[in-house]
Amino acid sequence: MPEPIAAQPKVRLDRVTKRYGDLVVLDQLSMDVAPNEMISIIGPSGSGKTTILRLLMTLEQVTDGIISIDGEPLTHMPKNGGLAPANRAHLRRMRTKIGMCFQHFNLFPHMTALQNCIEGPIQVLGMSKVEATARAMDLLAMVGLEEKAGEHPVRLSGGQKQRVAIARALAMRPEVLLLDEVTSALDPEVIGEVLQVIRGLNKKYDLTILMVTHQMGFAKEISDRVVFIYEGKVEEAGAPDQIFGDPTSERTRQFLSAVLEAG
Amino acid sequence: MSYWEFLGEYGIRFVSGAIVTAEQTVPASALAIGIPVVFGLMRLSRSFVIRSAAIAYIEFFRGTSLLVQLYWIFFVLPLFGLTLEKFAAGFIAVGMNLGAYGAEVVRGAIRSVPHGQTEAAIALNLSPATRMRRIILPQALLIMLPPWGNLLIELLKGTALVSLISVADLMFAARQVNGSTFLSAQAFGTALIVYYVMARLVVTPAMRATERVMASRLGRT
Repeated sequence: MPEPIAAQPKVRLDRVTKRYGDLVVLDQLSMDVAPNEMISIIGPSGSGKTTILRLLMTLEQVTDGIISIDGEPLTHMPKNGGLAPANRAHLRRMRTKIGMCFQHFNLFPHMTALQNCIEGPIQVLGMSKVEATARAMDLLAMVGLEEKAGEHPVRLSGGQKQRVAIARALAMRPEVLLLDEVTSALDPEVIGEVLQVIRGLNKKYDLTILMVTHQMGFAKEISDRVVFIYEGKVEEAGAPDQIFGDPTSERTRQFLSAVLEAG
Repeated sequence: MSYWEFLGEYGIRFVSGAIVTAEQTVPASALAIGIPVVFGLMRLSRSFVIRSAAIAYIEFFRGTSLLVQLYWIFFVLPLFGLTLEKFAAGFIAVGMNLGAYGAEVVRGAIRSVPHGQTEAAIALNLSPATRMRRIILPQALLIMLPPWGNLLIELLKGTALVSLISVADLMFAARQVNGSTFLSAQAFGTALIVYYVMARLVVTPAMRATERVMASRLGRT
């Protein structure tokens, strides 16, 4: 059983299993995330890290187990005293609490940076264009891209694209932000500018953040907790200093020494 | 009779024929653009019934001859109480036929928009309809424009068949001039040239211009 870390966890994964055919990606994985916590999820490729985020964003369906946000089931909804798989209306309601940034940004190429950031607020939250633009410009300023508001994504560098993507996600005022390897597709010299934006984001916007990353130094510096995933399970979780300084699991030790040696 | 004398004498009939060809092409194109959007989307529907209806339409109109379809619409439908004027029968047959090809173009273009776009739209909690309308279709449009150019040229040339139900189009004019003068090389040669000019100097530049406009909207200029 995961240790209770707060009266009400913001996010709870309860024995979540995800299978594709015979391939078990997540194997009865349980994990709690406290409100406002900044969690880094690390582990070898193929261990299921990204799948956790994709399940939370409802881009995939769980095979088994339950995910809840604020104690309310995300993947399921109450029905006849039991739980049934969530329907579209339930998913759309629950998604208002969650935002995500992707490895390959997935900005809308036919829209400018600003249009990318106001599309959701106007179409989903029903904001006026003026209101949405004000909010988006604030966020673009926060990520340092105010002057790029009128540019299409094709004119932006990778680091700038990812910063726009962060602003776009924040414009929806999510409570939980999922960052899926947001620096993996970036050139080394622009990684810093994206990490700079992420630093302190959970405090500033009252967010709970789950970040899948390969940036071990960054994970160590900013995380409240680091979770090491191995073969679809939580192998070890703890404070960054403990995980990086004194891991209890041999697998964590091996993984970290391999990664730290490589770079 | 030199070719110039031929043109002086009969040119006006080719001109009025070409105007009718254009008048057929425009509403047929409208059909051949509207139908594919509807049927291309139906083809991607989750509902088996809707998908099947789209497949039936596409298979029927792609799999059978345009000329036979034209004859059906003009000669057979009246037997079932649906009588269409020849002008309308002409562009409807051509438009529905090319529309079936267009539906496949639309479907292919929608499917070739990267899946990450849909995922980003889901992450912003856009509804399925909004995702299609605001995110996927605008990008698919750019992908489908070049094949559309081809289809519209096909359509223009396909309208020649309407002469067979006596719509007085360019081909009809050529056949009439040939029938009364027996100057086959001049009559059908002129028709060839006029069709080519219409395709090359009207349809193609119009499509190129549309592609440029769409590309600049994507900031790709």
